[in-house]
Amino acid sequence: MTEIFEGLRAAFWLVIALDPELIDIALRSLQVTLSALVIACVIAIPFGTYLAISRFRRRRLVIAVVNAMMGLPPVVVGLIVYLLLSRSGPFGVLGLLFTPTAMVIAQVIIITPLIASITHQAMRELWAEYHDLLISMHTSKWQRVKTLMWDGRRNLLTAALAGFGRAIGEVGAIMIVGGNIDNVTRVLTTAIALETGKGDFALALALGFVLIALALLVNFAIHWLSRTEREGLW
Amino acid sequence: MSNLFPLRLCDAQVRRRGKTILGPVNLELDGQGLTIIVGPNGAGKTSLLRVMHGVERLSGGTVQWGMNDDHARERQAYVFQSPIMLRRSVADNLHYPLRLSGMARGEASPLVADWLARIGLQGQRQMQATRLSGGERQKLALARALIRQPEVLFLDEPCANLDGRATREFETLLLATRDSGTRIVMATHDLGQAKRLATDALFILGGCIHESAAAPAFFETPQTPELASFLRGDIVE
Repeated sequence: MTEIFEGLRAAFWLVIALDPELIDIALRSLQVTLSALVIACVIAIPFGTYLAISRFRRRRLVIAVVNAMMGLPPVVVGLIVYLLLSRSGPFGVLGLLFTPTAMVIAQVIIITPLIASITHQAMRELWAEYHDLLISMHTSKWQRVKTLMWDGRRNLLTAALAGFGRAIGEVGAIMIVGGNIDNVTRVLTTAIALETGKGDFALALALGFVLIALALLVNFAIHWLSRTEREGLW
Repeated sequence: MSNLFPLRLCDAQVRRRGKTILGPVNLELDGQGLTIIVGPNGAGKTSLLRVMHGVERLSGGTVQWGMNDDHARERQAYVFQSPIMLRRSVADNLHYPLRLSGMARGEASPLVADWLARIGLQGQRQMQATRLSGGERQKLALARALIRQPEVLFLDEPCANLDGRATREFETLLLATRDSGTRIVMATHDLGQAKRLATDALFILGGCIHESAAAPAFFETPQTPELASFLRGDIVE
């Protein structure tokens, strides 16, 4: 128990003192995660919406694959991205291994299926509601996708926040492809893993509390910005 | 520019899972008046409207407008029995069809304001459309259908869930629309409403057009015993 209190105290002092190293690590965590989130959303949200409105052969198969990929083990994703980006791999010439970019790539792969799947679920219901009207108005496929994305934006926020949560807390993949290099690719989660390994539980816990606070902060900020839970059901 | 009318249905048929829902129907519709479709539940009123509108897959026969289908579709509008409200403000619901056809927001605003005034919802313009009452929703759905100035308007029992006052307001809007030259085809259950609005009428039974005539004659001197008993209020199957 004493470790937890010491961790809280250490976290408190780290934050109060605006410890430069902590700020550096926290900002990198945010930067990597938010970059991955933006890229994943740009891919997953239109894709998930398209899946909800279109009927094509093998559609069920595609949906099943996307759902299954939500459960991808991050460590395995990390390993595969590592092999692809390593010197001898197909993308070795780009020299991306052990850079924040590699971490972003791994996280995009991990959270895109999650966001696409939640988007598909949410948009399916909205499409059932809008179907007759949009067909009657003679809308194009792209107009339908845009309409659903706009009117379902609150649901899409949930999808994005789920993706953010998964990415910010992720450690296995970014440890492998980032390498946890001080000042380059060290983020909150990999730092926690390192400090725990070294036996510095207070610092590890302090970083952990900072991570939790950061996640809460981002969630509140997004909710506040989008004014959910304020007016009406949606 | 070619004309939208006449609309010709030639042996149009809709079958689903081996059951004939509609047809074969032969029908020609010209550009004047307000046609009422009456008939018992499940007779095929909705299917007929959807076939004419071009959103129902045909199992046989043809539906031919005076111009190609894509252009014809842009000149039609459809109002559903239970209005589908977009999850946006009342004003944005009216903006939506105009934006679809590429009109700029600034250009659309006066039109939207005009229609809001006509349906008496200026006060609720910023309200979420899904919070309107049933009557207000149906009026908004009608305005949204009419704002693109369609040449033909289909309505599927639009007043089924409305009370007397809301129905009267709705009918007033509808008559104004007819008088401005929009062709109207409407299915209804309400014989009083049918008599008030119709310039001609169709009686549908078992998926086929059983009888059709111009308005007063249709209601006063029915030619078939089925229509006569339907008009008397008997149950016809």
